[in-house]
This record gives sequence, structure tokens and C-alpha cells, in this order.
Amino acid sequence: MLWTKKDLLGLEYLNREEIEFVLETAASFKEVSTRDIKKVPALRGKTVVNLFYEPSTRTRVSFEVAAKRLSADVINIATETSSVRKGETLIDTGKNIQALKADIIVMRHNYSGAPTLLARNVDISVINAGDGWHEHPTQALLDIFTLKEKLGTIEGLKVSIIGDISHSRVARSNIWGLTKLGAKVSVCAPKMLIPQAIERMGVTVTHDVDEALQEADAVNVLRMQFERDNQNAFPKQLEYFKNFGITEERLIKAKKNIVVMHPGPINRGIEISSAVADGKHSVILEQVTNGIAVRMAVLFLAAQANEKVDSRQ
Amino acid sequence: MKLLIKNGRVIDPANQRDEVLDILIEHDTISKVAKNIKCPADMVIDAADKIVMPGLIDLHVHVREPGREDKETVITATRAALKGGVTTVLAMPNTIPAMDTIENVQLLREIIKRSACINVFICGAITKERSGKALTDISALKRAGVRALSDDGASVDDEEIMLEALQRAKKNKLLVSCHCEDKILANHGAVNLGFTSTRLGLRGISKESEYLRIARDIQLAQKADAPIHIAHISCAESIEIIKKAKKKGINVTCEAAPHHFSLSEEDVLDYDANKKMNPPLREKGDSEAIKQGLRDGTIDAIASDHAPHTENEKDIEFERAEFGVIGLETELAVAITELVDTGILDWTELVRKMSLAPAKILGIEQGTLSVGGRADIVIVNPAAEWVVEKKGIVSKSKNSPFLGRKLKGVVEYTICNGALAYPFV
Repeated sequence: MLWTKKDLLGLEYLNREEIEFVLETAASFKEVSTRDIKKVPALRGKTVVNLFYEPSTRTRVSFEVAAKRLSADVINIATETSSVRKGETLIDTGKNIQALKADIIVMRHNYSGAPTLLARNVDISVINAGDGWHEHPTQALLDIFTLKEKLGTIEGLKVSIIGDISHSRVARSNIWGLTKLGAKVSVCAPKMLIPQAIERMGVTVTHDVDEALQEADAVNVLRMQFERDNQNAFPKQLEYFKNFGITEERLIKAKKNIVVMHPGPINRGIEISSAVADGKHSVILEQVTNGIAVRMAVLFLAAQANEKVDSRQ
Repeated sequence: MKLLIKNGRVIDPANQRDEVLDILIEHDTISKVAKNIKCPADMVIDAADKIVMPGLIDLHVHVREPGREDKETVITATRAALKGGVTTVLAMPNTIPAMDTIENVQLLREIIKRSACINVFICGAITKERSGKALTDISALKRAGVRALSDDGASVDDEEIMLEALQRAKKNKLLVSCHCEDKILANHGAVNLGFTSTRLGLRGISKESEYLRIARDIQLAQKADAPIHIAHISCAESIEIIKKAKKKGINVTCEAAPHHFSLSEEDVLDYDANKKMNPPLREKGDSEAIKQGLRDGTIDAIASDHAPHTENEKDIEFERAEFGVIGLETELAVAITELVDTGILDWTELVRKMSLAPAKILGIEQGTLSVGGRADIVIVNPAAEWVVEKKGIVSKSKNSPFLGRKLKGVVEYTICNGALAYPFV
């Protein structure tokens, strides 16, 4: 496949073939991380800028590792230390990075749609590393990659996403990606945390975690963001764990080889018990490893698309 | 000064006219409307194959002056109006300072006197600083010259204050125009609540936030036995409520904005803040309902809700961007494209919605081509097509939701107070 998309803004904007192509490309990069010398020259001479408007360790580090294993030069910009604090607009920041002759911007932003705005205003590639509640495409790609590795195929799989769906970009990207690949997706959360008309994204909705687990081949457990409301968080956490927490007792009734995923960071004893997080069903650390391969693929393809644009001009 | 318009198709619902006629203008007045007027004139406009109609009257315009001259001024807004065929506007009171005192109204009146190219009426504020807390001195505002009252951009939450406002407005023969929005139900949303807000990961503005407030305000108007006008209705439920109220004989009128019947929430999937406004673009079924409401008469008027904002306030992250879009220059063409060309309204009905009905709602003797009346006239080429482009926009701000859209209907001449005011010399 000839990759011509300069940006990766969300899985809503990719079709099935494109998603499969990214996953295949990721599979070919996975082996690099197992070598003695974990490096290929694919992006030698390219500059990747990690532009993070929201604190993030795991995603930023994963992108940095991925870019470095492709031999790219990596620059990290955290907004606390940048001119954004002096009132620079997003478009101006993007154009300045472009003027530095960077090739790819990897952006995390607290506002939904910010990467879309940036991508429209620069010629270089923009990779969405999570925007507001909107999308987190590389997280979903690595989740799907991991599932495919474990279960062989996505077509026909039953996947339950459990947790705060309303405020989750991971949920949205997973829903778009999984449904496009033919999975049957259900979302499970208290009513307050299910966004309006989510069924129209092609999922079923349940408020009963046991029902969500019953037929599932895999479950993706989302982190509850209790830090948003500091007061009375503790009783709420206990209540959530009681009603929605993924525990060994609950998994007894589930499929024997159910795969348990979590995008991290995990809150043990809130959305998932330690026993499950560390147990035989958990693929949480494999997800982290696969994240590097997926991000290598995404960076590699974006650079390719950009070169094609250049050669056409 | 004599101006003669020849052979245009004259559309004038006030006089039940839709025929090819000539119009003679002397000074600021229409002196004759007839076939084949033979009379020496200082200027003759050949209007063959053109539509000749009374100048448009827009009940909902933010001129931004005083206070936000970086967005728009009376000069730039009224020039934009001329280009759009609009000869009278009602200026909303959310200026800085707001139109809540005699002094502030006088200040704007002086600016208008100095710089307006068209007729600008001032809408006074219902409450001080439009904060919903305490009523303005409504009779004083009336004496200062306001034509209507509104807290536009905000709704008066307190029912007692709103009721009192309606009663005092009635006593002073002022219309109350309501921005109906329950801010709590609106939940700091940025787009319509539903599939689109879910898809975009944005907070949604529920339809309830609009129509429940409309229902309340109509009830209060009924209690006060006062007329009420509902601004920028955006959803089917609102139309139903107004339809029922009209059937009951309640004195309610309402307006819809061109973006609400020509666009829908799907147009905002690209996070382009030029399509962000309040109330937001709703579902396709809602824009369809607005068209039907215009057709069946539930919706009385088309008003632009012209709301200029600078690029710095629009070319940013969607949630941070200001609400509002400009509309003076496109409203007629959008209406022709979406309503006349599609057979929803005929020309007579279009002119009624954009000129005669707004005049009646405001209580002014305009919106007609009557002999002896003031010569506010627009001449339109109904077949000409054009593409909305940033560089052609006259308004100081360029935040049009129609950028790149092809529209039908070009304003060729706008005559205001008997003078040829557009094209600009």
C-alpha cells in the first residue's frame, strides 16, 4: 500500500485497509526492539518533535523510544517551559516548529480537535498522541495489535470496554478501530459515564459489568479519573470497585482465555484488582512493548507520506 | 435627485405585488410604482431579469461598537449590510459598555449618526450589564431611543425579573427579544449534544436548554399579556412550542438564522470554529423543521445573528473559540439558495420573512415599496452564482460558516433612503 496520509488524527479517519496496513507495518518493526542493537536507520536525518500540552509520561516516552529506534532526532517540548505560557497560539507554535524544519509533530493536547487544527495549518505531519476526550489513535492501534497477537484475528471478536467512556479518548479510538475490523464492541459504565448516542458508533451499551464480561473475548479496562473531583473520592472509589472493578471472582464467569487490557496507568483496587492486573489474563505490559512497534510504524508511514508530498511539489 | 428603476420584477408583499414594474424615487421617497414610467431621471437602473424588493430588515446584528472595534464597527457592519441588501438592522446590546443606560445608548446613537450607512436601531438591555440581576430603567431607555429590549447572549434566569421586564416593556411599547438558553442545561457545551458531541469529544448543548426556556418565556409573556419575540431558534421542539402558542393566540413571533436552516451539526466535524455558534448547529431534522416552520408561517422572520469575531478568537482550539458567525453579506443568498431555489418559499414569502415581517415585529413603517414610503430598495440578480471567499468579505471579521460555499443570488444595487449606496463608489 502506498501511504499518502501525512497526519494521523484518529481512527475514525482511517479505513479498514489502512488500519490493517499500520498493524502489518508494526509487526515488521516489532523485532527491532528484540535486537542487541535496537536501532534501524529508517528515519535517520528526520526530526520528530513531541509537543505535549498535557502531562504524559508513558505516551511521550513510548513515542521517544519509537522515534529513536528509527534513528530520528527527537525534541521534547513541554508547554510548562515553552512560549505557549507567553500566549503563543497553537498555529504559531506549529509554524515555528515547521520553520525549524522538523518533519513530524507528535501532539498531546487537552482540547479535543487541537491536532486537527494544527494539521490543517502546517505542511509537516501531525500525529495525535491524545486530544481531549476525542481520540488516542496509537493507543487503540497498540491495543488492537496486542489483541491480534493474542487471539489471531479481530473479525468477530467480542470486546468490552469498561470504565469512564464519556471522557475517554482511548474508548473512542478503540471503538472506531475495532468496529472497522469487524469486532463486536460493547461499552460498560455507570449511566453518567456513557456519552449520548454512543450506539451510533456501532456499539452496544450495558451498565452491568458481569454482562459485559460474560461473552467477551477481551476486555479493555479504562482508568477512572477520580483526581478530577478530589472530595469524597475514596468512598466513590470503593463503590466503583464493588460495582465495576475487574476481579478474579468476576472473571470466573468469563471466557477461560479472556484477554484483559488496560491503557495504564492502572489504579489497583479501583478499576482492576492487583490479582487480575498481574494475573494470567493480563497483557498490560505487552501492550507497553507493542506500543513501541505501533508508534514506529506510525512515524515511519507519516514520514513516507510526507516524502511523497515533497516529491510531487 | 431622481432615480428610476426600470423593468424589474417587483416583489412587494405589503401591496400584493409580483410583476414587472418601474419604480421612481425622488429624494428619499418612492414617488411612483407603475408600468413604463416615462420621466427624466438623474439615474436609470435597468433591472430587467432582476428582482426588486424592499431593503432587508435584520432583527439580530452585533455591530460590536462601542467596545470591540477590533471585531466590527458601525461603519464596517453597515457596509457589510449594504453588500447583503440589508438597509435596516437592530443592533444587539451586548456592547462594552452594554446598552443599559441612557448615556450608553446616547453614545451609540452618536456613533450611528456619525458613521452608519444604513438605518440602525438600538436594542436596549433588559437588565443592568445584562447580568440578569436587576432591571434597567426601561422607560428611560425608551426615551433614549431604543426600539426593543434583549439581554442577547444571555437569558434572564429569574422569572420575577423577566415577568417584570415584559410588563414594563409593554407599558413602554417595546418588544422583548429573547435569547432563550438555560445555561445550566447548556452545560458549557460547544456543539449540539448527541452523536456529534460524542464523536468530537466535546461537551454538548442540549436542545432542552433552548426549548424549555422558550416555553417558560412564552408563559411569562402570556401572564404579562405582552408581545414576545424569540431569537435564533435552532431545533424542532422550539418550533412546536411556538406553533402551539400561536394557535392559542399568544402574541409570539420568532426568527431563524440562515446557518440554522442551511447547515447541520455534521458540518462541524472538522472542528472549524467558523461553524461554532450559540445555539449550535443541530441535527439535519432540525434544519429541515426550520425550513418547514418558515414555510408554514410558524417562523416569522429570517435574521442573521451577525456576530463578528477576530481570527485570533476563531483560529484556535474549538472549545476556546468564541461563539458566533457573521451573516449580513450572505443571508439573502443563503435564503435564495436554500429556500427559494428549492421551492420552500416563493419570492413574496422570502421578502415577507426578510423585510415586511421584521418591520412589523419592530413596529416600523418599512419593508414595503409603497408610494410615499421611504426608498429602501434592493435589486438582486437571482440567477447569478458566487463563491463566498474571505477576500470578498466587507465585514471587519471573516468568520463566515459559508466560506467556500457556492451561493445563488447576487445583490447588484442597494438603495438606502433614496440614495444608491451599493455598489460602493
